[in-house]
Amino acid sequence: MIAIIEYNAGNITSVKNAVERLGYSCIITGNRDEIYSADKVIFPGVGEAKSAMMYLNSKGLDNIIKSLPQPTLGICLGLQLMCQHSEEGDTECLGIFDTEVKRFPSTDIVPHMGWNNIYDVYDPILLNGFNKNDSVYFLHSYYAGICKQTIAKCNYILPFSAAMKKDNFYATQFHPEKSGDAGENILKNFLEL
Amino acid sequence: MLKKRIIPCLDIKNGRTVKGVNFIGLRDAGDAVELAKRYVTEGADELVFLDITATVENRKTLTELVEKVAREINIPFTVGGGIRSVEDTRTIIKAGADKVSINTSAVDRPELITEIADQFGSQCLVLAIDTKREENGEWVVYIHGGRTSTSLSTIDWAKEGERLGAGEILLTSMDNDGTKNGFDIEITDKVCNAVNIPIIASGGAGKKEHFADVFINTKASAALGASVFHFGEIHIPELKQFLKEQNIAIR
Repeated sequence: MIAIIEYNAGNITSVKNAVERLGYSCIITGNRDEIYSADKVIFPGVGEAKSAMMYLNSKGLDNIIKSLPQPTLGICLGLQLMCQHSEEGDTECLGIFDTEVKRFPSTDIVPHMGWNNIYDVYDPILLNGFNKNDSVYFLHSYYAGICKQTIAKCNYILPFSAAMKKDNFYATQFHPEKSGDAGENILKNFLEL
Repeated sequence: MLKKRIIPCLDIKNGRTVKGVNFIGLRDAGDAVELAKRYVTEGADELVFLDITATVENRKTLTELVEKVAREINIPFTVGGGIRSVEDTRTIIKAGADKVSINTSAVDRPELITEIADQFGSQCLVLAIDTKREENGEWVVYIHGGRTSTSLSTIDWAKEGERLGAGEILLTSMDNDGTKNGFDIEITDKVCNAVNIPIIASGGAGKKEHFADVFINTKASAALGASVFHFGEIHIPELKQFLKEQNIAIR
């Protein structure tokens, strides 16, 4: 069973659909026991950092997420919330990854929206089979800086973390569930861990 | 490098596509889900579904369609037509759409833009602007599917939309729409220079060169086409190959 953490964020249905297309059963849940007993946990999210963190704190989900022992995948805002701090709403985050989240400078169009390449891919598991010519779908105005846990980079206005990994925690800034076959393959790699 | 997006637009009535399609190999050319899947396979970067009936009784049918589409496709899609509130938006997003587009309802009540952006994030909100050049040379915003003119300047409305929280603008030139003579480069360029959010150029696509033209001569992030794709006049893989040969960043 795959648990998708429910909180007040946007399109979670797409993540559930993508997991089910790959043949896995999943539940969308905010329940502590259901999250702990899942084989894998997905922490998705589209939305605003401050209100998302406040919601997680109020439900005790912040401590649950940090202490999860099983493979856990943050997506988009999920990745940002797994960092130390976000400029969005001056928000203290979960502190799993050792980097800060900042807003893109307005020297080009913000949000960074659409299909982009990723490079310096050096994770043999999550990104196994990724072809350097593949693009993945991004949709965000804030980015996580590059740090020692960065396992893939993207360049838009400046280089930033496209994917990160620390112990059992994985995260992608792009949306694998919306990135066509290339994204589906990444999700499959995670589900097969 | 961020790619320019090619976006087919499907007009929906009672849960089915209305513009004729002549794809070979589709069992049912009116089935929106099947057509959507076809476009995904061909390399469309995103899809737009526009409910052109948008009556209350059709909302349920539309929601069911969105659920079906979301189950089947693995690229982002936008749903528009008749969305007038945060509640309408919630229903569509919960059904699995990534973005909603609003047009008349935003002109009627601009605060709606902020309400939706606050609730779901700007990235979720596409402001659709239908524009027409008046005899005095000014571009003016039209609503009600292009039937009613407003006193709004297109540039001012685009800026206001950005300020209120729109994440993207779908700009349709009514002068060019349906002509197949190409996108309206002038107004597209003006709007791109007025705001710092992505612009989807729409209206007038007739041949591959028109897409190259709008990407080379404006900062548009995406270009939308409807009948050119439905009638098979432009085949998406060939279009994308052509654009790559013009050194345009394409997936």
